[in-house]
Amino acid sequence: MRVAVCVKRVPITGGRILLTDDAHAINTQHLGFTISPHEECGVEEAVRLIEANKGESVALTLGPAEAVEQLRDAMALGIDRAIHLQTDGQEWDGEATAAALLEAIRADEAAGGPFDLIFFGNESADSGGFQVAARVARALGRPFVTGLKRVTVEGASVRCEQEVEGGRDVYAVPLPAVLSVKEGLNLPRYPSVPGRMRAGRKPVAVTTPARPEPRLELVRLVVPEGQGRRAESLGSGPAAAPAVVDVLRKAGVL
Amino acid sequence: MVVVLVEQSGGAPTDPSLQALTLARSLGEPVHALLIKSPVDLSGNGVEVAHVAEHEVLETYAPEAWAAILGQLADRLQATAVFAPGTERGNEVMARVAARMALPMAANCTRITPGSPMTLTRQRWGGSLLEEAALRSSRPLITVAPHTVPIEPAPAETRIEKFTPQLKEHELAVRVLEHVAAPGGGVSLAEAKVIVSGGRGVGSKEGFAIIEELAGLLGAAVGCSRAVTSAGWRPHTDQVGQTGTKVAPEVYIACGISGATQHMAGLKGAKRILAINSDPQAPLMLNADFTVVGDLKEIVPAISAEIRKLR
Repeated sequence: MRVAVCVKRVPITGGRILLTDDAHAINTQHLGFTISPHEECGVEEAVRLIEANKGESVALTLGPAEAVEQLRDAMALGIDRAIHLQTDGQEWDGEATAAALLEAIRADEAAGGPFDLIFFGNESADSGGFQVAARVARALGRPFVTGLKRVTVEGASVRCEQEVEGGRDVYAVPLPAVLSVKEGLNLPRYPSVPGRMRAGRKPVAVTTPARPEPRLELVRLVVPEGQGRRAESLGSGPAAAPAVVDVLRKAGVL
Repeated sequence: MVVVLVEQSGGAPTDPSLQALTLARSLGEPVHALLIKSPVDLSGNGVEVAHVAEHEVLETYAPEAWAAILGQLADRLQATAVFAPGTERGNEVMARVAARMALPMAANCTRITPGSPMTLTRQRWGGSLLEEAALRSSRPLITVAPHTVPIEPAPAETRIEKFTPQLKEHELAVRVLEHVAAPGGGVSLAEAKVIVSGGRGVGSKEGFAIIEELAGLLGAAVGCSRAVTSAGWRPHTDQVGQTGTKVAPEVYIACGISGATQHMAGLKGAKRILAINSDPQAPLMLNADFTVVGDLKEIVPAISAEIRKLR
């Protein structure tokens, strides 16, 4: 079995988002980075599938040189090798991102055969464009199911469960397929120390695709105004309990 | 003319769909709606024609078929722009339309200004950040961020036109085969009137006993932050936030939650936020309506005891 997972490097934003002076990006000077949360579950799922079925798992990312950290993170969890589409750090829109990933996937499939499954996050944590997976799936002519919270390979098809109001919708599509997943699909493992060490020796293929002119172009970022909540102190410690109960009563919930 | 995908629930258009219609009208062009399977009343929403797609296979949701239908209708009407609500399904269908037409798509927009290029504002980070963008496209594909555009009524008589779309086999391959109802019992997080939520400050899986006790007394749902689910203390179904559930309770009681943007993105619909934290400078304490400073392990049981006194 061959499984691919596409991930994105995103900052771990704290309580307040600060922007760069030109308002083109988040000021990440004091921030750490991670794999976008939905995709972390895609990585875990890919690793579990290969543990169960044998074969090969590949992680792909489009991002700056530093995004190799996220590829190493994925490989520390058990992904076998990685493909890094390196950028100069500029923003790529969903269309351009999908086109570059598609080319890399096609090249890898030409050498190693088709991926039975290609995982994406339902949407990236930062830009939230909701479209990269759909574009790749369409170009490959493969069935595509979104927003999955459970994935079960059953022979030559995959059963997919999507959380909807009141329960779950179930789909089944033949392999090969493209799936977008959501956090909650599984609980990603913590990387082990040997896993981290092995990750350092796993291969990362680097290419530098040219960035096309974006058709959806970021002009500037704006931090929205707060909701204007004004914190009223009810005191401190257990002595504040009667005041809390008073608030609950006034809110009509007690 | 522009086309808007209208989702329905219980025989009526959904609010996010009416919000999408409102934003679509701001382009100043005639608005046509696409309804899948059955007509709903769209009068008073400025819709000139409601196109109802009828096909035997549309009994259950089939996203690629919906995209094919929306694309076919947009082509037939030579629509200058296509809109959908920024719901899970709306975004999914529009992404498939974008892939079919090889056109750019802007998800979760809150504002648009016609022109060439069209300029727009859209949500990032689940609404914690806004992006102003230029969209260069012969046919802008726009989804509208739910609950960001106030619904404005607009008088118009809506004509209903039924049509049968042409669908290919592969467009029907992805469709809902079965719906599994959620196990009953407990209070649903998305619909709870009161939520008692715990963060890293709760300290452990066992630490949630006092959170559950207070929730039980209030008839509330239990929530948690992402740090808690990542640690395996609570299931992901309890997680509130950008990648968890977005909630809209009367009162949200946040215990030991710092208030990262990931969490706050799920709280925009909360009417009142009461934060309990040992750190008065925690972001959630600064963005709450009411605060109590101190050790939640003492404060939460004290609130439970106080409620018991009333009974």
